[in-house]
Amino acid sequence: MQAETQSAPHHTAHQAHPDDLGFWRTYVFSIDHKVIGVQYAITALTFLLFGFFLMLMMRWQIARPGEPIPIVGSLLAAVLGDVAANGVMSPDLYNSFGAMHGTIMVFLAIVPLAVGAFGNYLVPIQIGANDMAFPKLNMMSYQLYFLGGVIMLTSFFIPGGAAQAGWTSYSPLATSIPTDGQTFWLIGMVFLITSSLLGSVNIITTIIQLRAPGLTWMRLPFHVWAQFTASFLLLLAFPPLETAGILQLMDKLAGTSFFLPTGLAIGGKLADVSGGGSPLLWQHLFWFLAHPEVYVLILPAMGIIAEVIACNTRKPLWGYRSLVYSALMIGFISFLVWAHHMYLTGMGTKIATFFQTTTMIISIPSVIILTCLLISLWGGSIRFNTPMLFALAFLPMFGIGGLTGLPLGFSASDIHLHDTYYVIGHFHYVVAPGTIFALFAGIYFWFPKITGRHMSEYWGRVHFWGSLLFMNLIFMPMFIQGMAGMLRRMSDGAVQYSELRVEGVTGTLSSTIIGLNQFILWAAAGLLLAQIPFIINFFWSIRHGQKVASDNPWEATTLEWQTPTPPPHGNFLRPPQVYRGPYEYSVPGYPKDFVPQDQPPG
Amino acid sequence: MDIPYTVQPRPDTGVYNAKVGMWLFLASEVMLFGGLFSAYILLRVSAPPDTWPQGWLSVPLGTLNTLILALSAITTLMAWAACKARMFDRYKVYQGVTLLLALVFLSIKAYEYRDKLTHYTVTLKDGRIADGHLVSRDDTTVVLDGQFVESRAHLMNPKRHPAKHEEIRISMDEVKRLQNYGPAYNTFTALYFTMSGLHALHILGGMLVFAYLWGPGSRMWKTDPARFTNRVEIAGLFWHFVDLVWIFLFPVLYLT
Amino acid sequence: MSDLKPEAFADYARRCWLVFGAVACTTFLMVGASYAPIGNRTVVIGLVLAAAVVNAGLVGAFLMHLLSERKTIYTVLAFTAVFFVGLMGLSIWAQFDHPKF
Repeated sequence: MQAETQSAPHHTAHQAHPDDLGFWRTYVFSIDHKVIGVQYAITALTFLLFGFFLMLMMRWQIARPGEPIPIVGSLLAAVLGDVAANGVMSPDLYNSFGAMHGTIMVFLAIVPLAVGAFGNYLVPIQIGANDMAFPKLNMMSYQLYFLGGVIMLTSFFIPGGAAQAGWTSYSPLATSIPTDGQTFWLIGMVFLITSSLLGSVNIITTIIQLRAPGLTWMRLPFHVWAQFTASFLLLLAFPPLETAGILQLMDKLAGTSFFLPTGLAIGGKLADVSGGGSPLLWQHLFWFLAHPEVYVLILPAMGIIAEVIACNTRKPLWGYRSLVYSALMIGFISFLVWAHHMYLTGMGTKIATFFQTTTMIISIPSVIILTCLLISLWGGSIRFNTPMLFALAFLPMFGIGGLTGLPLGFSASDIHLHDTYYVIGHFHYVVAPGTIFALFAGIYFWFPKITGRHMSEYWGRVHFWGSLLFMNLIFMPMFIQGMAGMLRRMSDGAVQYSELRVEGVTGTLSSTIIGLNQFILWAAAGLLLAQIPFIINFFWSIRHGQKVASDNPWEATTLEWQTPTPPPHGNFLRPPQVYRGPYEYSVPGYPKDFVPQDQPPG
Repeated sequence: MDIPYTVQPRPDTGVYNAKVGMWLFLASEVMLFGGLFSAYILLRVSAPPDTWPQGWLSVPLGTLNTLILALSAITTLMAWAACKARMFDRYKVYQGVTLLLALVFLSIKAYEYRDKLTHYTVTLKDGRIADGHLVSRDDTTVVLDGQFVESRAHLMNPKRHPAKHEEIRISMDEVKRLQNYGPAYNTFTALYFTMSGLHALHILGGMLVFAYLWGPGSRMWKTDPARFTNRVEIAGLFWHFVDLVWIFLFPVLYLT
Repeated sequence: MSDLKPEAFADYARRCWLVFGAVACTTFLMVGASYAPIGNRTVVIGLVLAAAVVNAGLVGAFLMHLLSERKTIYTVLAFTAVFFVGLMGLSIWAQFDHPKF
C-alpha cells in the first residue's frame, strides 16, 4: 500500500537520525517512546524469566522437601549462605522466594511488559502521534522502574534475605519479621509505584491530547482503549498502596503502629509498640490497589488479543462498541470489588453481600468481551499463524481462569477455598496462559514492525504447543489440590498435613494429592524447556529472521502498520490523517481485503 | 519533531498537554491523601474512648500556617497573572514572595515538630508517670519541665487537665520507659507526623519547582513566554492542591 | 484566558485579594466552630469540617479555576471523586459492619 512505497526512499535517511545522538542518548537515556518501550520489554522479559526460575526452585522444594536443589543448589548455598545450606531451601528462603515470585511477576514483569512495553511502543503509533506527550517523563518512569527492580533484587543479598511475608505483605506479620527484607520491598515498591504513576499520566495524556486528526474516540483501536482504561486503574488505584507502603515503612522504621493492634504478641511476648492500629487497614489499602491491578494485567492483554484476532480473521471485530463499553465498565467496577479478598477477616454480612454483588456484576463485562472476541471468529477466514494460535488459546484459558473465580467471589464457597491451591490455580490461569499468552501473541505479532524481521514460524509453533500443554498440566492439578484443602504457602508442599505424616487421621491429604506435586514439578520443567525455542528464536530472528516483505506484512489496518519499518524517530513520514474505524477488513467494493485507517475515502 | 499542544490548547479538548498531565497527577494525589484520610478515620473511629488526644497541637500556630499557605496561594496566582499581563518584574516579585512564605511555613512546622520531639513522657518503675518538656538528660538523671500525672488518660486532654510546669528530676535508675511525643508515641502522633510530614515533602517539592521557575528556569521567558506562563500555571495548580490538603489537615489534626 | 492588559491585571489582583479575604474568613470560622460551646462533639466536628469544605471549595473554584475548566478535566475529577468516596466509604463501612464481640 502507501507505506510500501513511501518507506523505501526515506528508510535510510531516517535510520541515520538516531545515530546523531550517540550511543548513550539513543539506547540508554533515550526519550523516544519506541526505545523506551523496547527497554521495558527487555527488562520485563528478564524479570519474567527470573520469576519463573524462582518458582522452579520452589516447585522442587514442594515436591521434594529437604532435598538439595539440582544444578543451582550449590550456587545458592555459595551466594545466599545459611538459608540455602548444602543447596537445600530453608523455609525462610522458601518464604522469600514466594514473596518475591509474586512481587516480581506482578510489578516487575507483567505490568511493565503489558503497560510499559506495549503501551509505550504501540499507543503513540496507533493514535498517529510522533511520541508520548511527555518524553522526558517517560524516560524517568523507565529509570524509576529499573531502580525499583534493582532494589528488589538487591534485597536477596542483604543479611536475612528478601521480604518473606508474601506479595500481599500483610501486617503485622510483614512488620514483625525482624529482617530488613520488608524495608527493601517497601522502598522498591515506592519506586515502582511512582514509575507506574508517571507512566500512566503519560499514556492517558497522550491518548487524550495527541490523537491524529480524524481519529475520534470511537475510531481508536481496542488496544488503545484497553491501555487507556488500564492506565486509569494504575493512576487511581496505586496511590492508596503507596500510602499503605509509607505507613508500613513508618511502622518498620519509625516505630509507629498503624497496622499493629493493641496487645500484639510476637514470639509469645507482648510487642513494644503503642498499639491501636488496624491490620485490616493494610488489607483494605492493599486490595484497593491489588484488585484493580488484576484488571491492569488483563485489559492490555485483551487489547492485544483483539488486534491479533481482527487482523487474522480478516473481518471487523464483532461488537466494537460493546468491547469498549465493557472495558470501561470493568475499569469502573474494579474499584468496588476489593474486599472479596477479605471475606475471612470476619467481615459482616451486609458488606460481604455488597462485595459479592459487585464481584458478580464485574464478571458480566468480562464475559461480554470474551464473547465478542469469540463471535469475531465466526465466518472469518482465519490465518493460523503463531500470534493467532496464542490469541485463540487465550480465549478458553482466560475463560477457565474467569469461571473458576466465581466460587471465590461468593463468601460461602470462599470459606472452603480461601488460601488454598485452588486460588493459585485460578489466578494463574488468568495471568499465565491468559495474560502471558496474550503478551507472547503481541511479541510475535509486532516483532516484524519493531525489527523488520519475522520470528520463525516453526519454532513459534513448538513454543506455543509446548507452553499450552505444560501450562495446563501445571495449573489444572492445583484445582484438585485446592479443593482437597491443600493450603498455599507451605514450604514442605503440605506434607505435614498429609497421611504420609499423620496416619489414620481423617481429613488429611491423601498421597494422591501430595503426589500431584511431583507431577507439577515435571510439568514446570517441561514449561522451561518449551521456553527455550522462544528465547533462541527471539534473539536469532533480530538479525537472521526472514525479512519483512513490506511495511505491512500482516496486511493490517491500524496506523502502526502504515509507518516505515522500523518506525523512525517521530514515527510517521508525514502527519497521518484518519478517515475510518480501526477494523475495516473485507469491506465490499475495495480491491484488497483491508482498508488502512489513513486511506482517504473513495 | 515537535510534540503538538505543548503551548496552545488542543481545539477539541480545550486544554494543553501539561494541564491534562497535571490534573491527572493531582487525581492520583487525591487518592494518595484519600488513603491517608481513610486511615485516619478508620483508626480514629476504632480507637477506644478517651485514648484520642485533643488539643495537643497549637491552634494559633496552625491558624497562622493556614493563613500563610492561603496567602502564598494568592501570590502564586498573581505571579501567573503577571506572566499573562507580560509583567515579568511583577512575576519575579510574586514568585519570590511565594517562596519566602513557603519557607516560613516550613520553619513554623519545624518548630512544632521540635516541640513535640522534646516533649517526653517518663514511666517510672514504681508506676508513676511524669510528663513534660525535656530540660536536660544525661546517663544518670533526666530533668523535665512538667508534672506528675495520675494516668495517661489525663494527658489526652490538656484543656480538661491543665498542665503544671515544675522542674522534675528523675534518676535514670527509676525510669522504666522514656518516650518522646514522636511518631511512635501513639496513633495520633503517628498520624500527625506522617500526614503533615508527607504534606511538608509536597511543600518542599513545590518550592524546588518554584525556585527553578524563579531562577534558572525563568530564562525561558525570553525564548518562549507563552510556554513559560503555562509552566507557572501548572506549578501553581500543584501548589493550590498542596494548600487544599492543608485545609483539611489543619482541622483534622489541630481542631477536632 | 487570553493575555491580560495591565488594567485588567489590577482588576484581577483585586479579585484575588477578595478570595483571600473569603478564605481567611472561613479559616477563622473553622477555628471558631471548634471552640463552639456545643456538648455534642460530633456536631462540632461536623461544623468544623463544613467550614473546611467551604474553604477548600473556594480554593478549588477560584484559585484552581475549576469554575471555568474544560469537560476533559471535569470528567477526570468526577471519576476520581467517585473512587475517593468509594475508598473511604466502603472501608469505613466494612469497619463498622464487623460483628460486635
